[in-house]
Amino acid sequence: MVLIFAETQKGKFKKAAYELTYYGYQTAQALGTECAALVLGTAEGAEELGKYGASKVYHVTDTALDTFDSQAYTKVIAAAAEKAGANVVIVGHTSTGKSLLGRLAVRMNAGSVPAVNAIPTVEGGTFKVRKPVFSGKAFADYEVKSENKVLSLMGNSLQPQEVGEPASVEALDVEVPAAQVTVKEVKRMEGRTPLPEAELVVSAGRGMKGPENWGIIEELAETMGATTACSRPVADADWRPHHEHVGQTGVAIRPNLYFAIGISGAIQHLAGVNSSKTIVVINKDPEAPFFKAADYGVVGDLFDVVPRLNEAMKKFKAEN
Amino acid sequence: MKLLVCVSKTPETTAKIAFTESNTQFDTSGVQFIMNPYDEWYALVRALELKEANGGSVTLINVGPAANDTVIRKGLAIGADEAVRVDAEPSSALFVAKQIAAYARKEAFDVVFLGKETIDYNGSEVGAMVAELLDVPFISYASHMEMDGDTATVTRDIEGGNEVVEVKAPFVVSAAKGLAEQRIPNMRGIMMAKRKPLKVEPAVEAEDLSVAVHYELPPEKGDVKLVDPENMDELVRLLHEEAKAI
Repeated sequence: MVLIFAETQKGKFKKAAYELTYYGYQTAQALGTECAALVLGTAEGAEELGKYGASKVYHVTDTALDTFDSQAYTKVIAAAAEKAGANVVIVGHTSTGKSLLGRLAVRMNAGSVPAVNAIPTVEGGTFKVRKPVFSGKAFADYEVKSENKVLSLMGNSLQPQEVGEPASVEALDVEVPAAQVTVKEVKRMEGRTPLPEAELVVSAGRGMKGPENWGIIEELAETMGATTACSRPVADADWRPHHEHVGQTGVAIRPNLYFAIGISGAIQHLAGVNSSKTIVVINKDPEAPFFKAADYGVVGDLFDVVPRLNEAMKKFKAEN
Repeated sequence: MKLLVCVSKTPETTAKIAFTESNTQFDTSGVQFIMNPYDEWYALVRALELKEANGGSVTLINVGPAANDTVIRKGLAIGADEAVRVDAEPSSALFVAKQIAAYARKEAFDVVFLGKETIDYNGSEVGAMVAELLDVPFISYASHMEMDGDTATVTRDIEGGNEVVEVKAPFVVSAAKGLAEQRIPNMRGIMMAKRKPLKVEPAVEAEDLSVAVHYELPPEKGDVKLVDPENMDELVRLLHEEAKAI
């Protein structure tokens, strides 16, 4: 049995949970077994996970699980895996999942592979799975030798598909240990999809000349339903909030579409975004290194090009 | 406070990535190695700042062969008091975590620091493993941290924002950008580092449960397709019809 841990935010599931469920379903198919989902704390619509391939949903309803503590969560997930008879546990490669994967590996005596982005293969009893390494500059195939296995799935690795009906939800009675970490405050930008989950990202850099000029970026992002991002110098100069910084020292992302506007494309920036499926670079300097990593390029003054692009996007949206 | 900082050796950021032995080994020829930036810039420096403010000691730990001593000496030059190297190949995250946990348990450290991930394998696993082996809390992706006695207030990065948590020592914390500012070792530090203790410890027994068996480079990116800056309708058309990105 494969068990996926479906995260919620304020009791609601996001696309990442459906993607993870569908990945768990695909993995179960490769292993010739079924996939169950685990839900912790307050959650609505848990049965929906069935549509994406969970044959069953286990729910530990204790509201102590509404705030995150990696130690308590690990004990609960490992106990649930045992009750469900699961030997493969998959979490998202999120801030929560990254805090859990290593702990689960130790607790379950399981071989772990973090940040996988492909369905595992099983040949002659050998379990292998692929992950990006060297900040997206290569891939590695990992072999997991132990009976128990734990994986974390990189966001935006596959498009969730509906493959079934809503699943039955079974309340699971697992002892919830007292948290040793007290969560004092959670601050999240509301409204927009967070960067690691975003499919469309509009990112801008020093070419913007100053924070007061970001209106055209915001407008383009608004038209497209995209999330805004920025390069390191921009975050360091406090032109944009810290959490918008993508690149090696910031957030690593892999959206379907990445717009790099007025960003020269330093190797450290590329390391965080080079897994994006399509990259568009807008820069007035035709020698900007980013053009070498781009699928589409526009050589021109961003202050002319971006508003024009926004108009073209609006027209496209109106027609489609 | 006894502070332990785990440091890794990684290829330098701009290193050319290639593989040998039928794509089963990373090709280290001509590659410059450095201390993993998250370990050096953020984890080590914040540990030093806390020691400078509250007293105590900062110990470095690395798992690796004698060739890693250059990287460890740099950490001592930046300001750590002493170092220990566990003399073994760091063959997997679990193997490394078991070495660190064994030493940390023996020496009863208050806080174990490490970077949020290494820039080679990008696993972000060792911190959580060490925490579970020691059965203590783990705070990942810390971008701000204050200590008051044995209580820490830590801001950790989460998707689209951050979370402020309170935790009592002992615990493990992984460092993200913002936790501290990079320090460059000065000549005095470099001279002093030569006399600071660097112990070599034998490895404890630990199994590798998952290992990389094959590597592959991504397909070469084709040439960039340039679009006329006057014709953004064409760019939108390409993104829709060709790239199927919108």
